[in-house]
Amino acid sequence: MTQRIVIPFGPQHPVLPEPIHFDLVLEDEHVVEALPTIGYVHRGLERLIEKREYPEYVYIVERTCGICSFIHSLTYCQGIEQIMGIEVPERAHFLRTIWSEYSRLHSHLLWLGCFADGIGFENLFMGAWRIRESILDVLEQTTGGRVIQSSCKVGGVRRDISAEKLDQMARDLDGIQKEIEDLTTVFLQDDSIRHRLKNVGVLSKEDAYHLGAVGPTARGSGVAIDLRQTGYAAYDKLHFEAVTEKDGDCYARCAVRARELFTSIDLIKQAIAKIPEGPVDIKVTGAPNGEYFSRSEQPRGELVHYLRGNGTKFLARSRIRTPTLTNVPPLVKMIQGCELADVPVIILSIDPCIGCMER
Amino acid sequence: MHGEVSEMAFFEMAKTAIKSLIHCPATIRYPFQPAKKTPISRGHVIIDASRCISCGTCQRKCPSQAILLNKEAKTWQIDRFRCIVCNSCVETCPAKCLVMDTQYTAPVTKKSVEIVTITYVKPPKPAPATAAAGGEAKT
Repeated sequence: MTQRIVIPFGPQHPVLPEPIHFDLVLEDEHVVEALPTIGYVHRGLERLIEKREYPEYVYIVERTCGICSFIHSLTYCQGIEQIMGIEVPERAHFLRTIWSEYSRLHSHLLWLGCFADGIGFENLFMGAWRIRESILDVLEQTTGGRVIQSSCKVGGVRRDISAEKLDQMARDLDGIQKEIEDLTTVFLQDDSIRHRLKNVGVLSKEDAYHLGAVGPTARGSGVAIDLRQTGYAAYDKLHFEAVTEKDGDCYARCAVRARELFTSIDLIKQAIAKIPEGPVDIKVTGAPNGEYFSRSEQPRGELVHYLRGNGTKFLARSRIRTPTLTNVPPLVKMIQGCELADVPVIILSIDPCIGCMER
Repeated sequence: MHGEVSEMAFFEMAKTAIKSLIHCPATIRYPFQPAKKTPISRGHVIIDASRCISCGTCQRKCPSQAILLNKEAKTWQIDRFRCIVCNSCVETCPAKCLVMDTQYTAPVTKKSVEIVTITYVKPPKPAPATAAAGGEAKT
């Protein structure tokens, strides 16, 4: 029997922007087991809910993640609105949907760039981030913030977008779509990338389902779950289908994200075409009393906010379960049996957001 | 087929690389050049000390506890390292003395707080003519 050795991977590693640790049990170059350790960047954001009034907590909750911040604030606000029985104006729902999809575009482009960098394709990394910059410009022009938008609030949204700006956004998306087509052609058809990603870190459909994979990790294995299809915000008025791939390898997960960019562009165009006139917020009085599980689809998968109010301005409990946490057990499964040199690529393929996971 | 596919990808990448070579840089030389900003960009909070009525709303509504108002000393203090530039204080200020500037603050090498002395003077209430007349009548 080959002698087993344990190699520590992380928390500091060139491919990891954030800290997570794995003890990799190796037989020669084969990984037979991976033991994860988390908890390096816990910030105690959930506890702050007891110290801040619920309308101000939106600013804190959206800082859970520096990439999908808008969707955190949207999920939190939806939860409070459900507890308090608040009817948000229709235009606010559409604006929330538009900003959510812009966030998804920026997150997926960021990931594609980081992934290209992880596999040593730096030119492609810069190309992806250059396109991302034009998405961030739109977010800044419409909300005032590049990655932390602060535009969602309990009862609606803080800012409206003028009809001229919406038209301009729809026109600009055509140019961005062309650039993304060029970019994804390289990601999906370049020989060196296919060679690096095909049959690496395979997760079967059954394993993805039973281990609780969410988002592109699950859809890359053929599990067609997408929380947007539950119809929150304005998604019930827009048409789209969950993007899935069958192979369950790193290439499939990359392909899902690349194809989802086009879904997001299409959703934004549909939302701009259908957005109704009207107010963007309503006045909220009182305090939440009750509990609610608010769910939404982040770029990385299903996000859950559990909120419990006690009739005061300070909530009794907030619990945030982010998609990266549920994608760690499938990740451990993917790593088992792979080569040591493939571990960084496999870890990157779930789009890990450790700060988000540890809150 | 596979060869055709990879050739296509090669030409796409070559096109992107050539475009990058002949285009000007996509980035700017911040902080030597000011950052790209829009009229609604959130850079940093500034106060008009001559209009602050020392109500303390900004301090109460600040989610990161970056603002400290001292009514006795008549000072308004902001810790730029705590401020998360959320715009909450600007939105809730009843005297509209807080404004969001679009540019970021300059980089610094030492942590410090910024203290502003409030110069607002409450205007004297004009004595109501009827009350004055009534007072005279009583005496």
